[in-house]
Amino acid sequence: MLKKLRVAIAAIFFICITLLFLDFTHAWLGWMVKIQFIPAVLALNLAVIVLLVLLTLVFGRVYCSVICPLGIFQDIVSWVNGKRGKKQKNRFSYSPAESWLRYTFLAIFIVALAAGIGSLAALLDPYASYGRIASNLFAPLWQLGNNFLAWIAERVDSYAFYSTDVWLKSLPTFIIAVVTFIIIAVLAWRGGRTYCNTVCPVGTVLGFLSRFAMFRPVINADNCRSCSLCSRGCKASCIDYKNHSIDYSRCVDCMDCIDTCKDGAISYRFAYGKKKAAAGPSAPKAPETGAGEKETGASRRTFIASAVMAASAATLKAQEMKLDGGLAEIQDKKIPDRQTRIVPAGALGISHFAQHCTACQLCVSVCPSQVLRPSTSLLNLMQPEMSYERGYCRPECTKCSDVCPAGAISPVTVEEKSSIQIGHAVVIRENCIVERDGVSCGNCARHCPSGAISMVSLEGERKFKHGRELRIPVVNVERCIGCGACENLCPARPFSAIYVEGHQLHKTI
Amino acid sequence: MDKRYTRRDFLKIAGTGSALAGATALGCSPAGNKNTVSDAPAGEMTYRTNPGNGDKVSLLGYGCMRWPMTKDEEGRDVIDQETVNGLVDYAMEHGVNYYDTSPVYVQGQSEKASAIALNRHPRKSYYLATKLSNFSNWSRENSMLMYRKSFENMETDYFDYYLLHSIGNGGTKMFEERYFDNGMADFLMKEREAGRIRNLGFSFHGTQETFDYALSLHDKVHWDFVQIQLNYVDWKHASGRNVNADYLYSELEKRGIPAVIMEPLLGGRLSKVPQHVADRLLERNPDGSVASWAFRFAGTPSGVLTVLSGMTYMEHLIDNVKTYSPLVPLNQEELDFLEETAQLMMTYPTIPCNDCKYCMPCPYGIDIPAILLHYNKCVNEGKVANSRESENYRKARRAYLVSYDRAVPALRQADHCTGCGQCNDHCPQSIDIPHELHKIDRYIENLRQDTL
Repeated sequence: MLKKLRVAIAAIFFICITLLFLDFTHAWLGWMVKIQFIPAVLALNLAVIVLLVLLTLVFGRVYCSVICPLGIFQDIVSWVNGKRGKKQKNRFSYSPAESWLRYTFLAIFIVALAAGIGSLAALLDPYASYGRIASNLFAPLWQLGNNFLAWIAERVDSYAFYSTDVWLKSLPTFIIAVVTFIIIAVLAWRGGRTYCNTVCPVGTVLGFLSRFAMFRPVINADNCRSCSLCSRGCKASCIDYKNHSIDYSRCVDCMDCIDTCKDGAISYRFAYGKKKAAAGPSAPKAPETGAGEKETGASRRTFIASAVMAASAATLKAQEMKLDGGLAEIQDKKIPDRQTRIVPAGALGISHFAQHCTACQLCVSVCPSQVLRPSTSLLNLMQPEMSYERGYCRPECTKCSDVCPAGAISPVTVEEKSSIQIGHAVVIRENCIVERDGVSCGNCARHCPSGAISMVSLEGERKFKHGRELRIPVVNVERCIGCGACENLCPARPFSAIYVEGHQLHKTI
Repeated sequence: MDKRYTRRDFLKIAGTGSALAGATALGCSPAGNKNTVSDAPAGEMTYRTNPGNGDKVSLLGYGCMRWPMTKDEEGRDVIDQETVNGLVDYAMEHGVNYYDTSPVYVQGQSEKASAIALNRHPRKSYYLATKLSNFSNWSRENSMLMYRKSFENMETDYFDYYLLHSIGNGGTKMFEERYFDNGMADFLMKEREAGRIRNLGFSFHGTQETFDYALSLHDKVHWDFVQIQLNYVDWKHASGRNVNADYLYSELEKRGIPAVIMEPLLGGRLSKVPQHVADRLLERNPDGSVASWAFRFAGTPSGVLTVLSGMTYMEHLIDNVKTYSPLVPLNQEELDFLEETAQLMMTYPTIPCNDCKYCMPCPYGIDIPAILLHYNKCVNEGKVANSRESENYRKARRAYLVSYDRAVPALRQADHCTGCGQCNDHCPQSIDIPHELHKIDRYIENLRQDTL
């Protein structure tokens, strides 16, 4: 019963959090990532931290079993391996805790956080690791599936689906996601929760607390026949059946052992009372274990298969659309070499952002304008930054600030955003088509949402060409908010004639 | 054993079946027993006589500006020659004998492709028209080169009809510069004497002043024909700085100059009409298409020599052949009905773009006709909302934004228009293109920001 409950809650969390990364960016799902441990710590979200600490002190490490998406992901991998047969299912055995390793990783994590090496800390955050996997590996498949549906919708004149661009946002981050995926999957395939109990800093902290948990699975030595079944089925390798003891620092309260024990010797109960207190309510046998999990697994598999099929069709079509003969060729924009990187409104500034961001890629996943992407610079590796060659920061959008769980981008309203200066535009006159080609333009000024760009007369002989007065853009940096509309819509290619420099500290104008 | 002759048997049976069906269609078929509407009849095309030289010209002329396209091995857009051959063969079979092209049509591919299709038929069986399209460089050398190149492209030693292309764009001054200051008009008149040009004329878009000026030269040049834009909207409601067709036609009629009609359908705008306008036309004549009204209108004036249609698809060709085999002229009541229809259509704020693509390619990569046609389509389908309070705002907003992205790739959309205005000089409909693009862009921006 308890196990079924655990599986049900875990399934809900896992599916919803994954959907959040895929494209269901409804704010009402956002709380699921805001209660993730490291983001809550980075956001200094005391309420959540206290809640999670209390949860662990009362029920043990249930956080790791039902809330942490990376934990659930490992359970799924481990469960799939176990499905192959009895031998695989009971492939575990008790091993002593690798405390030395655990505390070393925790120390590295804390030092990295304190020293402001955000990307190193981000590497160890389980939630962020899952986020990177979801946004780099799962989301593209999802999007290709969507594009396939959009392709169909277009043919039946429906507006239910529209096509999105699938693109590689950052190669290093993609590689990290792939490597993380492989390492975690291999570890889980072989040893269940190895990662959680040797590397994960959250596992270590919660493990420390869960040793004192009020409720925990307890082995009743009187009923135990030392058959070792519980130890062999324990994915955390924490049940020492010979001594009838469980290492609670590693137990994630999955409740598997309660069902596994044929003698009813293990029960989940109040640990500080009398030993015999809970003899009666030992859990009944559950014949169809993990049925729900099985179903989701199967549908996921079929989804991925169909998405891959859709992918090939969609890309073929996209190419056909792009090659349009009677049209002038359009060069791709290149990213200018910005002296200061740009981070979204709500980030307060570069350093505040760097200190709080756990590089989970959620904001990157939800950005509809293809502005946010993971940084490739070593110091901020994987932490998002903005660039405007594919789109610009739309005035009506606050999605990244709505979803950020770590407080790196605090919530802003559309009105607030319109007056937050995250950078300012700089004109490169040599690139401007007005000067270069002697044609009139003004597309930057026309699209500036804050009216910071004016078109002024060129001085001297170049003032007129073909009887038209030529005007060039100038920027009132006091009014510019750095949204990048000018940079994105500038006709000069590959480098725009106007681009945005980021600001160290954001300010309200 | 069965397999061996199923196919043949099937064909045989199908053959007998269709023969029977044909027989019943021709004979007295019982009600509800007709299995198809008959094909366009051959040999019933209406012909008009050129008063100057007695040419018998089919009322339907083929405009070679919109040939179907395909991709070559390297992915470039090329004319789908095989389909063009099929279209031309069908047209010839059904009596279409006037073919109008230009060196600049279809990215410069039209003359050659048209010639390949036409040269499979005897040269005397059709009339060939092409133009001096010296828009970008009107020096004598360049104009000469263009003239000679047309002979080469079309593998012929004479043109039946030769036009000064689109005079009026750029006003009288440019007309003078393009054809008179460089001596090209005199040269072409000599060519006419030499028989390499059988009829010399001009095509016209633009202001009345230039038209009047061109006609004032009639005594000197003697225009054998003039090509004008005429349809039931432009008859009294020409857009922009263009001149109403009733004036243009009456001026030609006065002088006895035969008129060749272009844009009878306004690039499809008179067939892709709002649903209730279509209903109105179809109700009046359930057996004719929406487009047939426009063609009957253009063909009704007796001074019209031929009506050009850029028929990309076989079904358009078949429909038009039907309309003119033979022409049933409009009576006064029907003309009034179309005038009412025109006024009804004027209430829709569509942009008068006929998809001629003269404005293309935009140096900044904008797909101008695609943006304007998408806008018109949305206007006609009622997908353009006036404000957030509009009844169908939500639906219209999504429909507009999603279909816009489908119709025009992001980098070719209106928000990239620099407003340089290089396109405006080329538009025969005198649309202020940057102005319209910026207007559409503002509308879209309002939709996106939800601030309409």
